[in-house]
Formats: sequence, C-alpha cells, structure tokens
Amino acid sequence: MYYGLTWAKIRETMCLAIPVKIVSIDGDEAETEIAGVRRRVSIALTPEAKLGDYVLLHTGYAIGVIDEAEAEETLKLLEELASLSEVH
Amino acid sequence: MKFIDEYQDNKLAQGLARKIAKRSTKTIRLMEFCGGHTHAILRYGIRQLVPKTIELRSGPGCPVCVTATADLDKAIALAKLPGVAITTFGDMIRVPGSYSSLQKAKAEGADVRIVYSTIDAVEIAKANPGKSVIFIGIGFETTAPTIAASILKAQQEKIENFYVLSLNKLTPPVMKALLDSGEIKLDGIIGPGHVSVIIGSHPYEFIPRDYGVACVISGFEPLDILLCIDKLVEQIEKGEPKVEIAYPRGVKPEGNRKAWQLMEDVFEIDEANWRGIGIVPQSGLKIRRKYERFDADKAFSVSLKPPREPKGCRCGDVIRGAATPLECKLFRKVCTPERPVGPCMVSSEGACAAYYQYGTTENLQDF
Repeated sequence: MYYGLTWAKIRETMCLAIPVKIVSIDGDEAETEIAGVRRRVSIALTPEAKLGDYVLLHTGYAIGVIDEAEAEETLKLLEELASLSEVH
Repeated sequence: MKFIDEYQDNKLAQGLARKIAKRSTKTIRLMEFCGGHTHAILRYGIRQLVPKTIELRSGPGCPVCVTATADLDKAIALAKLPGVAITTFGDMIRVPGSYSSLQKAKAEGADVRIVYSTIDAVEIAKANPGKSVIFIGIGFETTAPTIAASILKAQQEKIENFYVLSLNKLTPPVMKALLDSGEIKLDGIIGPGHVSVIIGSHPYEFIPRDYGVACVISGFEPLDILLCIDKLVEQIEKGEPKVEIAYPRGVKPEGNRKAWQLMEDVFEIDEANWRGIGIVPQSGLKIRRKYERFDADKAFSVSLKPPREPKGCRCGDVIRGAATPLECKLFRKVCTPERPVGPCMVSSEGACAAYYQYGTTENLQDF
C-alpha cells in the first residue's frame, strides 16, 4: 500500500490524498481502485471525473482529477534536471 | 502504483539533489507549511540529500495540532452531553485537552466514534435517529469542502440529528500572520499541495508581492519535494520570488471551483483560534445562518473552565516554526507517541511525531 499504509492508517491521515483509478460511476459516487483495493468514493466535488480517470482521494471524496499530460511533463522535466546535473 | 512510484525514483532524486547543490550558494530557510510534507521530508531523508545551507522548517499545517485547547475542551464537553454521539477523525481522540481527552471521555461512557469520512458521520446520524450526532470539523481547505458536502447531504436527506462543530481553518491568512509576526525569517515556502488542489495558486500571490518570499506548491512524493526545493532555490538565487506550481498534475491555478462553490455556500469566513498563534482574523470558517440548524455551536451550549496548556509542551512554538521538536525538553523523554503530551506528538501529521518516527540518535543532529 501507499507509504506502506493500510486503510486503517490512511483513516488516521487526514490531509493525505492518494491517486485512485475510477472503475465505475454511479451518480455522484464512484468505485475506485488502488493496488487491487477497491473503495466507493464520492465524486460530488469532481463532477468532471470520467471512467478511467485518476482522482485524488481525500477522506472519502475525490478532490481533484489528476492531469495525466501534466504528470508526463513533470516526469520529463525531472529527467532533464537530473541529467543536467551529470553533464555539467 | 501510478502517479506514486515514478515520483520515488532514487536515481532521479540523486540527480536532482546534485542540481540543487549546484544552484544553491546562499544560506536559506524554507518552511514546509504542511505536516504531510514534514513527514515525507523526514521519511525519505530529503534533509540529508540537500545541502546543509538549506534549512527546512516545519510549519502550522497539521489540523489536529492547530486546534486550540479551548476548542478541544468544547468537543470533550459536547461528548459528555446526554444523547450525543461525537464523530471525529482518528487523531483527535488522543489529543489531551485541559482536563481530559475524547478518548478518556469515551472510556468514561461517552459515545465517541472515529470516522474516515464525513460520509460515515452522516450515515451514523441516519442510523441513530435518537442521537444527536456531532462531527468535529477540523481541517484546512482540503477537508472543508467535504464537510460542506456533508451538511448539504444532511439538508437534502432531511437528517435532523446531524451537527458540525466547525473548527475549519484557512491556510493563506495564517501564512500572512506568521510573516507579519516576523518571528522567524523565511526565504521560501513549500506550499501545501492538497490545500492548493482546492484553492489553486492565486491566493498565495501576496507572499512574494508583499513579503518578497518565494512560494512553490509541492506534491508529496520525494521527487515532487525536490523539484519544489529546486524551483525555490532558483527563485531565491535570482532574487525573483513568485508563486509557482511544482505539482501541476494535481494543482491548477484556479483550484477546484466546484469545491470552492460548496464551501462558499455553506461557510462564511470568520476569525479562528490557533494553538500557539491565537486568534487570527479571517482564518476560519463558520457555518452560514441558512444552515445554522446543523451548527453544533448554536444547537448546544456547554460551560467550560478556562483552558490549560500542557506544562512544558512547546507544540505552539513548533507550529509557528519558532522551534523544532528537538528544542523541546519533553521530546522523546516525557513525550512519546504512546504517552503524548501535546498534539504535535499525537497527530500523524504532527512535526514531533515525524521527528520521533524517523529520527534516530545518529541522524537527529542533521534534522
């Protein structure tokens, strides 16, 4: 699990938000999955969330949809910065 | 796990750390606002990765920690009222109040239940119509919309025995209070990632503009934090402080409008009482009049004795970033996670808990 945490521990860590994948949607609720663990969450705060999206899950609510293009960009930037430090 | 594992790559982290070391010439102090960041920084050894000239200081971003003793006393007094069930996030129950704790009240027969979500609190109210179910509403902007959503749900479903004690707090006003006090000099702020998912980056604009302090919003994986530190160092070296987002997969400049909307519908901005800081104007959320039947402050009255702070505990100083846990005489000696004296040792986001959990006799001197 994330940070080696169990759901019990995640329960105690309120400011934590973890990326989970939406596997089905039913009104303002969605079934989500992370590392084989499924959980029903509210998507009332992210009405734009679609099937297959990753959302940031915080205390039972999706609080934001992960921007996959930006995630890719950040990884590219990280690789660039890390390799620059080797060349120069 | 996607969006987690790839931001933990050790080789990239080493490369990024070298980049930071090359860029950095000045001795600087950065504050990580969020307790989640403090834990990640210590867990992943980020202090050991970056040059010693970059000091990382923990800030007030731990919702349990900043809850004032007087407010905690109120929650405990509410728990003792007949017919009341308290629902709360887990950490809260172990925090010592002036005279008791929610855990002690529970042991003495009060109905205190730990919930993971406000959704659970509403369900408990539904299942127990004979009880008044009060949710202890702590948290920053990350959590406040979920509390607003619970009040709207209770309204929609006509659940009349659900109440919220709103102790929610706002991030930018307390940053302003810390910067205004001038107690500790900061060069940059590691901005809270999940608060910013909700509020976006605009509310921080005053930090570089009015105080000349750099502000970069960060995610919570080690590479996210290193990228944030790199951007902060770059800004500080150039003498061009500004607000940047180093966590763009989660944070948009405009934030989450829907969450904002819910928050604004349910809450109005009011002053709030912060442990270690005191009353900060416009830094809290009060339930609006139109939803006042859900407001535990209006529905119940309790009489409270004057609050007493735990003797010798420096949680307040740690919250302001004025002291590190190591400067507290009680740390690791009297105050431990098993027998915490103050909330910074109780909360999974508290600085003292992080230092305790990840610090060893050898590495504590580097902290």
